[in-house]
Amino acid sequence: MASAAPAASKRAFQARALFGAANLPDIIFRTIVFLFGALTLLVLIAIIVASMVKESSQSIGVFGLSFLHTTVWDPVKEQFGALTFMYGTIVTSILGLLIATPISLGVAIFAVELAPPWLGNSISIVVELLAAIPSVLLGLWGIFVMVPFLQRVVEPAFIERFPDLPLFEGPPYGVGLLAGGLILAIMVIPTIVAISRDVMVTVPVAQREAMLALGATNWESTTWAVLPYARSGLLGAIVLGLGRALGETMAVTMVIGNQPQISASLFHPAYTMASVIANEFTEATFDLYLSALTEVGLLLFGVTIIMNMLARLLVWSTARASQQLGGA
Amino acid sequence: MDITLTTLQAVAVEEREETVTRVSKGLVVEKLGAYYGNFLAVADVDMTIRPNKVTAIIGPSGCGKSTFIRCLNRLHEVVRDARVVGKVMLDDEDLYDPRMDPVAVRRSIGMVFQRPNPFPTMSIYDNVASGLRLNGVRNRGLIAEKVELSLRQAALWDEVKDKLKKPALALSGGQQQRLCIARTIAVDPSVVLMDEPCSALDPISTLKIEDLIAELKQELTIVIVTHNMQQAARVSDYTAFFLGNEKVGAGELIEYGPTRAIFTNPADPRTENYITGRFG
Repeated sequence: MASAAPAASKRAFQARALFGAANLPDIIFRTIVFLFGALTLLVLIAIIVASMVKESSQSIGVFGLSFLHTTVWDPVKEQFGALTFMYGTIVTSILGLLIATPISLGVAIFAVELAPPWLGNSISIVVELLAAIPSVLLGLWGIFVMVPFLQRVVEPAFIERFPDLPLFEGPPYGVGLLAGGLILAIMVIPTIVAISRDVMVTVPVAQREAMLALGATNWESTTWAVLPYARSGLLGAIVLGLGRALGETMAVTMVIGNQPQISASLFHPAYTMASVIANEFTEATFDLYLSALTEVGLLLFGVTIIMNMLARLLVWSTARASQQLGGA
Repeated sequence: MDITLTTLQAVAVEEREETVTRVSKGLVVEKLGAYYGNFLAVADVDMTIRPNKVTAIIGPSGCGKSTFIRCLNRLHEVVRDARVVGKVMLDDEDLYDPRMDPVAVRRSIGMVFQRPNPFPTMSIYDNVASGLRLNGVRNRGLIAEKVELSLRQAALWDEVKDKLKKPALALSGGQQQRLCIARTIAVDPSVVLMDEPCSALDPISTLKIEDLIAELKQELTIVIVTHNMQQAARVSDYTAFFLGNEKVGAGELIEYGPTRAIFTNPADPRTENYITGRFG
C-alpha cells in the first residue's frame, strides 16, 4: 500500500512528461533524448543483426534449420552445424552460475550481515578487484594452475568415487566443461557479489529487528527476513552474472579444450560459440566457412537474448509477486 | 439468538483458557546504562516494572526512552558498538548474565516497533506463524490454533479471517500494527515492549491499539514508550519520566510512580514542566 501511491504518481508524472503540453526547450530536449534512445536501440542493433544475417545468408541457405541441430563441424567436408557450440556455451554458463551463486551470496551475506564494517568493505573491494583482472590472464592462470590441478587431483578423485556416473566419466583431461565453468564462476562472482551486497544493504533494519525480536538468531534473521525481502534484487544480480558468462570468450577458450562434441561428462573437452568464432575466424578460408561462423555469432546473439529474457521474466514475476504483496 | 451467542462466547473463553500458557512476569532494572560507542545514552536507571501492569515511558525526544526499552530485550546490543551495563532481572534471572542467550531473552520478551513492520513476502497467516515456526513448532494444527488465538487477541481476527492467505502489506497501517502485535504475542512472551506503537497511526487505529493494550495486560506485562501524554494517562498504570541530562546528554530516570500520581501530583518540578507542556 505504502509504495503503491508513489509508483502511481511516478507513472502519472512520466505520462505528463511524454504527452503533456510543454514549452520549446522541453520539446527539443525530448526529441534529442528520443533520438539517442531510438538510434542506439533500433539502428545499432538493426545494423548489426542485418549485416550478420547478410553475411551468414549463404550458410543459412545451405544448411537451413539443420544448422541448429547438427553436431558435425567439418570444414574439410564443408559440413557445419552449431549444436555442439550452443551446448558448450549453455552448459558452461549454467555450471558457472551454479558454482558462483552460493559463493557470491555467502560473501555478500558475510560482508553485510556479519563482518564489522571495515572488514565487510575491504572484502567487497577485493572481490570487486577480481573483475579487473583481464580475462587472458585468468585464462593463463587456468591453463597453468587450475587445469593441471583438476587433471591430477580433482577429476581422478571424482572418477574413482563415482565410477558409474556419466556426469563424471573419465579420462581426466583437465580442460573441458568443468574447467570452463570454474573459470566463468570466477569471472561472474564479482558481479553477483557487488549487486547482491547493494541489494541486501537496502533491506530495512526494522525487518531484521522484527525477526530478532521474535527470537531469531543472526542466521535466521538473514534467511527469514533479509533474503526474502531482497529476493528479486538477488535474482537480478544472478541474471547479470549470466549475461557476463554467456558472452565471455577468451578465458573459456583457453581452458575448455576446443573440441566440438556433446558429452554428458563434465570432464570432457567442449567448445563454446564465442570460442569457435575467436579460434577459427582467421582460418576461414572459403565463403561458406566464414558464413557459418557468422551464423554461429548470430546464434550466440539469439541464445544470449533468449536466456536473458527468460531470466528477466523470472525476476519480473518475483518482483510482481512481491508487489502484489504490496512492496519490497 | 442470545443463547447461541453466549454459548459461542463460552466456547471461545474455554478455548482461550486452554491454550494460554503465558505467565506474566515483572522486570527489575538495576543500575542500567546504555552506550553507543563512547556515548552514554541512558545512565543509571533503577526501576521495578510490575507484572500485569502497563508501564508508560514518557519524555522528550532523544532522552533515551527507546534505547532504554531496547535494553530490556537485549535488542540494543545488535546495533554496532552498542553495549549495556547493569542488570535486568526477569523472574530472578539476570538477562545480562554472560551465560544468558540473547535469543532466549527475546523469545520471552516481545517487541512491537514504531512503524508497522510486517514481513512483506509473507501472508497475514505466515506473519503470525513466523515466530512459532522460528521456535521450531511444526504441528500445523497447533500453529493454526495459535494464529487464530493471537489474531483474536489482537482484535484483528474478524477483519482478516477471510483473507489469511493475502499478503500482509494489503492491510492498512493500523491493521498492520495489530498484525505485528499478534505476531509478537503468538510466541507467548511474558513481557511485551512497545516502542511508540501508535506514532504512525491515525486516531481510530490508535484507539483500537489502546483498547488492545488494556486487554493484553490481563496476561502480559506491557512497557510502552509514548510521546503522547494523553495516551500515557489513558493506558498506563505506572509512568516513568525520562529526561536527557543537560550536561552529558545521557537519559536519566527523573520520576517513576503510579500514573495518577505522576500526572496529578508530580514530585519533581521537571516532570511537572514536561507534562504541563512547558518544554520538550
